[in-house]
Amino acid sequence: MSVWIAIGVTAVGCYAVKLLGLLVPAGALERPLVRRLAALLPVALLAALTAQQTFADGQELVLDARAAGVAAAAVALLLRAPFLLVVAAAVVVTAGVRAMGG
Amino acid sequence: MTEQTALSDAPGIGDTGAKPDAAVVRDALGVGVAVGLSGFAFGVTSAGSGLTLAQTCALSLLVFTGASQFALVGALAAGGNPLTAAAGAFFLGVRNAFYGLRLSQLLALPRAVRPFAAQWVIDETTAVALAQPTRRAVRLGFTVTGLTLYVLWNLTTLLGAVGAEAIGDTDAWGLDAAGPAVFLALLAPMLKNTTERVVAALAVLLGLGLLPVLPAGVPVLVAALAAPLVLWARGRRARGAEDDGALRGAVEREDGR
Repeated sequence: MSVWIAIGVTAVGCYAVKLLGLLVPAGALERPLVRRLAALLPVALLAALTAQQTFADGQELVLDARAAGVAAAAVALLLRAPFLLVVAAAVVVTAGVRAMGG
Repeated sequence: MTEQTALSDAPGIGDTGAKPDAAVVRDALGVGVAVGLSGFAFGVTSAGSGLTLAQTCALSLLVFTGASQFALVGALAAGGNPLTAAAGAFFLGVRNAFYGLRLSQLLALPRAVRPFAAQWVIDETTAVALAQPTRRAVRLGFTVTGLTLYVLWNLTTLLGAVGAEAIGDTDAWGLDAAGPAVFLALLAPMLKNTTERVVAALAVLLGLGLLPVLPAGVPVLVAALAAPLVLWARGRRARGAEDDGALRGAVEREDGR
């Protein structure tokens, strides 16, 4: 049940902000500070999420096969690989390291 | 801003400068198909995190903004409180409001149509729409990208979730690395200058450092504070420099007398 609550709240919230942008008059959110903050907020969230989902096991920090996989994704990104290839690199390398007992 | 001016005023964009519909559709399909297929990664990750098939599909149908979806299932899998998990997903979705703001000027949709177009206001549709030279091309690019992505993202979510249930232990296949890889791929193009890199580094430190001590899901929300913190610190420095300048100016004027 609590999962459905989380889904419901997220769905309503995410739709509301999408619609808000289309409905408010231009200029209302155009203050430079608000724009800067809106651009930086996803940077902070995505960076923290990337790090956590790479190194967290519950509430502990661990170094396991995922780190190798995400490192492979980083290399793929530096080589300007397409999105799907970046994700595939992470999955294949993580599976490979794990198969070798890492 | 520059794109919008170019859209209506630029000379030479008329019959001769207009982009053929086929070219717009090709661009839109390219983005829509490539990203739409990655719904597979979401379906697998979500099912691997313990969400049911119905929950996984509901997320893609109703939330339809990838980063928020991955964040929500990650937070729920980590045992986070549902509202804390939803808050993290919501804050990631806030950027779409700013996309909507730009798109509403470019698309110039009637008010009655906006609630239907809203669900498609995401990274990819905005990127394709902003790249188009005329209003007709903007509308076509937005619609084709949105429709392709919505249909494929939901289909591949379903396939991924069904597939994950079939293969059982998704971790053995390395599929738990798909989530962070998606986040990294979304993050990389945003790290253009020092401010963004400092925000990212600080957020990583906060997110990892607070993980062992705060309840699941909360460290990510605290890490989001890296954005206002860095902005505030930069603002202070800029103001400090201005004040110094003003002071120096005042001193110079005094000296001049």
